[in-house]
Amino acid sequence: MLSESSSFLKGMMLGSIFCALITMLGHIRIGHGDRRHQHKHHHLQAPNKEDILKISQDERMELSKSFRVYCIILVKPKDVSLWAAVRETWTKHCDKAEFFSSENVKVFESINMETDDMWLMMRKAYKYAFDKYRDQYNWFFLARPTMFAIMENLKYFLLKKDPSQPFYLGHTIKSGDLEYVSVEGGIVLSIESMKRLNSLLGIPEKCPEQGGMIWKISEDKQLAVCLKYAGVFAENAEDSEGKDVFNTKSVGLFIKEAMSNHPNLVVEGCCSDMAVTFNGLTPNQMHVMMYGVYRLRAFGHIFHDALVFLPPNGSDND
Amino acid sequence: CSQLFSILLGEQGDTQPDILHNDPHARHADDNGQNHLEGQMNFNADSSQHKDENTDIAENLYQKVKILCWVMTGPQNLEKKAKHVKATWAQRCNKVLFMSSEEDKDFPAVGLKTREGRDQLYWKTIKAFQYVHDHYLEDADWFMKADDDTYVILENLRWLLSKYNPEEPIYFGRRFKPYVKQGYMSGGAGYVLSKEALKRFVDAFKTDKCTHSSSIEDLALGRCMEIINVEAGDSRDTIGKETFHPFVPEHHLIRGYLPRTFWYWNYNYYPPVEGPGCCSDLAVSFHYVDPTTMYELEYLVYHLRPYGYLYRYQPALPENIRKEVSRDYKKEDPKV
Repeated sequence: MLSESSSFLKGMMLGSIFCALITMLGHIRIGHGDRRHQHKHHHLQAPNKEDILKISQDERMELSKSFRVYCIILVKPKDVSLWAAVRETWTKHCDKAEFFSSENVKVFESINMETDDMWLMMRKAYKYAFDKYRDQYNWFFLARPTMFAIMENLKYFLLKKDPSQPFYLGHTIKSGDLEYVSVEGGIVLSIESMKRLNSLLGIPEKCPEQGGMIWKISEDKQLAVCLKYAGVFAENAEDSEGKDVFNTKSVGLFIKEAMSNHPNLVVEGCCSDMAVTFNGLTPNQMHVMMYGVYRLRAFGHIFHDALVFLPPNGSDND
Repeated sequence: CSQLFSILLGEQGDTQPDILHNDPHARHADDNGQNHLEGQMNFNADSSQHKDENTDIAENLYQKVKILCWVMTGPQNLEKKAKHVKATWAQRCNKVLFMSSEEDKDFPAVGLKTREGRDQLYWKTIKAFQYVHDHYLEDADWFMKADDDTYVILENLRWLLSKYNPEEPIYFGRRFKPYVKQGYMSGGAGYVLSKEALKRFVDAFKTDKCTHSSSIEDLALGRCMEIINVEAGDSRDTIGKETFHPFVPEHHLIRGYLPRTFWYWNYNYYPPVEGPGCCSDLAVSFHYVDPTTMYELEYLVYHLRPYGYLYRYQPALPENIRKEVSRDYKKEDPKV
């Protein structure tokens, strides 16, 4: 009786020691040491009116063309109806948009990542995009198919930002020591950031394919960790009033929240006029956004903008 | 896990159209249990106070094309629906009146001294127009009727009407073809009468040319209009796209949303279109707009925009306005 209970106790002891060990291992943070920040601010703002007035008429067209955005959309077969909507709507406004799929899908063209692990998909997509397009695009935007993005507003936001600097922008979240750009709001990388990222992708100590010892870390956090090694830090993108321009929710959700939180200022308190992304849309809502953003407007309201963007060829819904 | 959640949430809304109104003259399922919103609405919220925005043309049209709006509502709907109309598009009318069966001094709402209910709609309409005629005839050129779930873009209505003379007997809306030879205008999508049309309408009831012939408001009004020789106008834009809409944008933009057997396809006066061709860039109205959608439309029309984008549809300014504007903007090319 005693020997049985003592081996039971030994088993319990061993088990709890292992449990503690494993938990501790899972909590090991990857130390970074001291990294000098390249940027002074963690909150980037869009340019203001005074800056815009300094740009001459001729420079506007030239300037507009200088932004070349490559869009990466990570998809899986189950996303097919969202994928269709995204293809038919906002991605037509990317300078180039490609779909990176976990596996081949007959209906649509995509680049096969041959994995359904999101972090592996992301790595491979970034590597593919960099290897193939490093000389043709200066900004790289990554999105999920539940997102609606306005490329013109992205380019406006990037107006005074030099792509040869390591920019890594979007809607940021702080998780302990780590500030990362949430994939739910869309991720923007400058060509310099892409360069640095790609130089680290082959180094498992810095940029492991399986980050986190026990629990899986989300792909957007993994990206942030990897970029941090390269001296690239996440920055939250805001408009001149401090409102987020990359949004992880849909307009409808923002409005519903505003109606209960501040019913006197529903629209004013909702979202930025220069919003770049919204997330959590259904395919139908994408089509409604396309109409609402690129077509529906009030006659007689004129804007003198610093940039000029033409509608894309062969499109009938914008 | 959060991704899974968002995907689950995302995929849910699309499968079934949520409200399909099976009768063109159906009114709305009385919604119950909507959260009672407290506090005053800010009625001065947004009159295009954006820094880099030039609203001279819109302001010019505001002075030139005066529109009085009256909103059909009722005591139960002041807080639920009319409040949101007041917080959004109603401010852009030159004058707005909320018409109810009973007076409400605080809202404020005009009491028409009718009962409430579907069968009272034509009575309310007749009395509302009479009230407007008796008190505000000289205050406007055009007189618009809307429901408390109609969203109206006033600037686009002014652009449409600027080509017409309010002394002419004419009215505009979403034109339906059955029952009336020249067609009649959908009640829910809103319709607008010229000053002359209003005078004739009110006069017709005094002289019995028109009577309360039915409780189907839009049809009865349309019949009356034909009797008194008020023309049913073509409200489509310069490339033939409809401007007044009997449903929300989603119902028109999504191919196949409205089933082929739906009454709508047989009612539309002009060939009905689904998909992007359904709706003008300069849409005037949408109907069956719930409070959330009111604010969403407000955000999409008056706030969110694609920076620097050259819209495909660039309609001309009305001739008379153009002359005034060209004096001010000699060098610039106003992108509208």
